[in-house]
Amino acid sequence: MDSSNLFSMRLSLQVASVATAFVVVVGICIAYVLARKNFRGKEIFDMLLTLPLVLPPTVTGYYLIVIFGRNGFIGKIIYEWTGWTIMFTWYAAALASFVVALPLMIKTARAAIESVDKNLINASYTLGHSEFDTAIKVILPLAKRGIIAGAVLSFARAMGEFGATLMLAGNIPGKTDTMPIAIYSSASAGEWSTAHIMVILLTVMSGSFLYLANRYSERII
Amino acid sequence: MGLSIDLKKKVNGFDLDVRWEIGKELAVLFGYSGAGKSMTLQLIAGLMKPDEGFVRSGTNTFFDSSSNINISPQKRSIGYVFQDLALFPHMTVIQNITYGGNGLPKEEKMKRALEMIERFRLAGLENKLPSEISGGQKQRTTFARALLRKPDILLLDEPFSALDNPLRLEMRGVLREIRQEFVIPVVLVTHDITEALTLADRLIIYSNGKAAQSGSPKEIYDNPENPDVERLLKTFYREHSCFMQRFKKETTIA
Repeated sequence: MDSSNLFSMRLSLQVASVATAFVVVVGICIAYVLARKNFRGKEIFDMLLTLPLVLPPTVTGYYLIVIFGRNGFIGKIIYEWTGWTIMFTWYAAALASFVVALPLMIKTARAAIESVDKNLINASYTLGHSEFDTAIKVILPLAKRGIIAGAVLSFARAMGEFGATLMLAGNIPGKTDTMPIAIYSSASAGEWSTAHIMVILLTVMSGSFLYLANRYSERII
Repeated sequence: MGLSIDLKKKVNGFDLDVRWEIGKELAVLFGYSGAGKSMTLQLIAGLMKPDEGFVRSGTNTFFDSSSNINISPQKRSIGYVFQDLALFPHMTVIQNITYGGNGLPKEEKMKRALEMIERFRLAGLENKLPSEISGGQKQRTTFARALLRKPDILLLDEPFSALDNPLRLEMRGVLREIRQEFVIPVVLVTHDITEALTLADRLIIYSNGKAAQSGSPKEIYDNPENPDVERLLKTFYREHSCFMQRFKKETTIA
């Protein structure tokens, strides 16, 4: 285990943590809206957000380049204003992980929110609590298990993200080579021992995290 | 200061069309399942929106389709007890009760909650979760929560239907106690004839989405306009007199 392995591990944890933090906040809001509101185009909105789950990650990555690349329609504005582009930075890896992991959070959290007894929500309203108050004090605490499960899945997915990350952040040693990317590099360069270490490390980390999270979510409620 | 409603609502082929008015009394909405009783409560509370009509509580208008008034359920000052009680499973008894005091200053909320704990004999259970207390205790917690804000109206949607008989009798007693303290219109939905006849000041008979008849239990008994109700009342009366005769006979022998 050398310093570049350690770097990849730290980078992967950092990318997955940042991506998951955003996934949780954004995912809960979207899941709430999809579970509790009806509006025109709801199904199309849901479909668009779920697409990264089924598209090849390279296709998702391609779309992200089209949007956030230096000549992309959002990326261009950012570049013109600040001279900075997200491409080939660790932020790009986090963005790719975020987009790919988001649907997992939305699906699980939406199902959990939809399963909260409607009478509890009505009771909260008749007791004078606003919709926001009810969401914070009743709906989210009761949907906690699903939300935690979604966050764990998202974190695991973000840790393993490869295709979209490669498209958007590239494979720059010491800068954007997360563990999956470093494994790919090592294996294709025939450095099997390095690949071995990281494969085992990634498997153990992801596995133990899932295990702990499962145990934790059993204890609540 | 009473409650008067005129409601029209169409949902999935069901047609509700009712109008009635009550004072500060206990009105029982009585009828078979699916007659629109629970739906009426939801419309009064603002959990559903009527297609047409009005809901007035004293001088307040909660809903009026002709002048586009639709007050949110949060602002209607209604105590609502749901059929499945709807206690928050992740909150303790005291947390459930104080949750009903939204908008009150903290000390006032706590003071009232402690009064409620005493009134509804919940002392010692403050920090228990709903899953850790008995059916009757849950019921009393729900009443305490619904009454903490001193609502203008109390709506009860088959609150006792899940209880076994002895508890049901006890809870009817609790409801009578509540009524001595809170002089407000109370609307109770039930399809239990005993409950209807023993608790009601006014009986409102529901049939197929209409309020078929309204009056005191005696008035309705003497002159039932609905054949279903007539049959039901006669059966009840026969059973009841059977019980009274046996009771008299056995006590004389003893």
